[in-house]
Amino acid sequence: MKKYTFTEKKDTRSGFGAGMHVLGQQNPNVVALCADLVGSLKLEPFIKENPERFVQCGISEANMIGISAGLTIGGKIPFATTFANFATGRVYDQIRQSVAYSNKNVKICASHAGLTLGEDGATHQILEDIGMMKMLPGMTVINPCDYNQTKAATIAIADYEGPVYLRFGRPVIPVFTDADQKFEIGKAWMVNEGTDVSIFATGHMVWEAIQAGELLEAEGINAEIINIHTIKPLDEEAVLKSIGKTGCVVTAEEHNRLGGLGDSIAQVIVKNKLVPQEYVAVNDSFGESGTPAQLMEKYGLTAKDIVNAAKRAIARK
Amino acid sequence: MEIEQLEKVASQVRRDIVRMVHGCQSGHPGGSLGCTDLLVALYFERMKLKEQDGKGVFDMNGTDEDMFFLSNGHISPVWYSVLARKGYFPVSELATFRKLNSRLQGHPTTHEHLEGIRIASGSLGQGMSVAIGAALSKKLNNDKGIVYVLMGDGEQQEGQVWEAATFAPHHQVDNLVAFIDLNGQQIDGPTVKVMNNRDLGAKYEAFGWEVISIEEGNDMAAVLKGLYEAKGRLGHGRPIMVLLHTGMGYGVDFMMGSHKWHGVAPNDEQLAAALAQLEETLGDY
Repeated sequence: MKKYTFTEKKDTRSGFGAGMHVLGQQNPNVVALCADLVGSLKLEPFIKENPERFVQCGISEANMIGISAGLTIGGKIPFATTFANFATGRVYDQIRQSVAYSNKNVKICASHAGLTLGEDGATHQILEDIGMMKMLPGMTVINPCDYNQTKAATIAIADYEGPVYLRFGRPVIPVFTDADQKFEIGKAWMVNEGTDVSIFATGHMVWEAIQAGELLEAEGINAEIINIHTIKPLDEEAVLKSIGKTGCVVTAEEHNRLGGLGDSIAQVIVKNKLVPQEYVAVNDSFGESGTPAQLMEKYGLTAKDIVNAAKRAIARK
Repeated sequence: MEIEQLEKVASQVRRDIVRMVHGCQSGHPGGSLGCTDLLVALYFERMKLKEQDGKGVFDMNGTDEDMFFLSNGHISPVWYSVLARKGYFPVSELATFRKLNSRLQGHPTTHEHLEGIRIASGSLGQGMSVAIGAALSKKLNNDKGIVYVLMGDGEQQEGQVWEAATFAPHHQVDNLVAFIDLNGQQIDGPTVKVMNNRDLGAKYEAFGWEVISIEEGNDMAAVLKGLYEAKGRLGHGRPIMVLLHTGMGYGVDFMMGSHKWHGVAPNDEQLAAALAQLEETLGDY
């Protein structure tokens, strides 16, 4: 089993900011928009170098989405940024009509997704965003796993024509992927090959899955770990290849059990080859205030939870 | 185009509207008839548009031309008719309005690739934000074209409109002309009774807009004059708001001035009565 190590911890939102910094220098059509959260989205380097290509929208997210859709007319590539809650649920109809149905080249870039936003509590901890966004026809949904991958994904989506939802977060987590990786939209990343159980993880849960793999190995269980950074379009080929080998599945996501990655994988399973699946996800509830680590523990989103789910899945084979 | 010719186009557009709505027994004739003179004046006289052999040529990006956005998408019949009469797509296609497999959806959309449409609209309150984005795009591209957007007066009850209203003066979006169709009616009744917008001119002025009025929004000369005035005020740091006073259902006596014809189609008898009042000038589709 491949060992993953890290020398530093960083937040994925900083990976986004770094990606925007690069895009600012490389792509003159990229425009950044923000709804009064410039610091949280790490946009300062982009704004400093490209003040004319930054649009401060104030606290009016619906207007920001509409303006982004309009900016595409004339060839701009708008990156609309705010917290994930305000970037999705608050503006669902604006995204639906002006972006998705109109097929506009808007990149909706959302930080502070999931429970790990922490102390602000459930009003800000959106756990339904993947579901809402993946249900929109034509929307690409991406949830990268660490700083380097978020930076690479940010740069990659500028070259892709069409609406994208890019989801990332607030807490510092291990940086374990390559700094110079090429991000392929829709292509699952094989983290570790295995034979006993397939663990499909997305976002912050990928590192937890890697740790779970090590714990399982110590118990003689050989887990295959796959990073599903692109939830839509889903790499069905990679999913089927893996379950054909292992015969059981664990899905791990910082999202509601309903409507997220787990349900996307389950659709592949029921359409193709029935195998047991266990969900590691928030059990259809809202979050609450606490530290990210406390919340992940309380809501069952740790490496230990993945280990237990893997054992349940294997037992059901 | 001379005023007389524009009025002839408007008469044909009004015929198209009632025939389209009658043809599928659904759609919104009232607001469409009321805004006919504005759209004809824009597309046949005031807007700078790409044309070939007198026909409009569609460019999604609208580079180096003026652009029009319809925020109150339910008055799609007037827009479809004007676009077809301008030559963006065949006039015969108007017969497919609201029917299965048509590009002329109930509300305008880019989804079916109909020439002339740059964004979907119908869910109200979004068009001004989109128009502002398009205007910003023009500024970034150093493109001198003007962006026009039409909203309804009932639509002013949507919160997003006021987010956009705050944004445009702050960012000095001075290549933008917005219109409010002040026909005083919405689905559930007179706007003052359903939800009183009060003094929209004073509101927009307070938000930092340059506000002008076209008191006779169904008089072609008055509309042309108002559009000329609006254009003259662009480029001075402020967006322009035009309060367009129209009569809902204008041109068909029994549809005029009532919310009852907001979203109702005429029957065969009513169609005949309506067409008798509207001269066929360019040939029915």
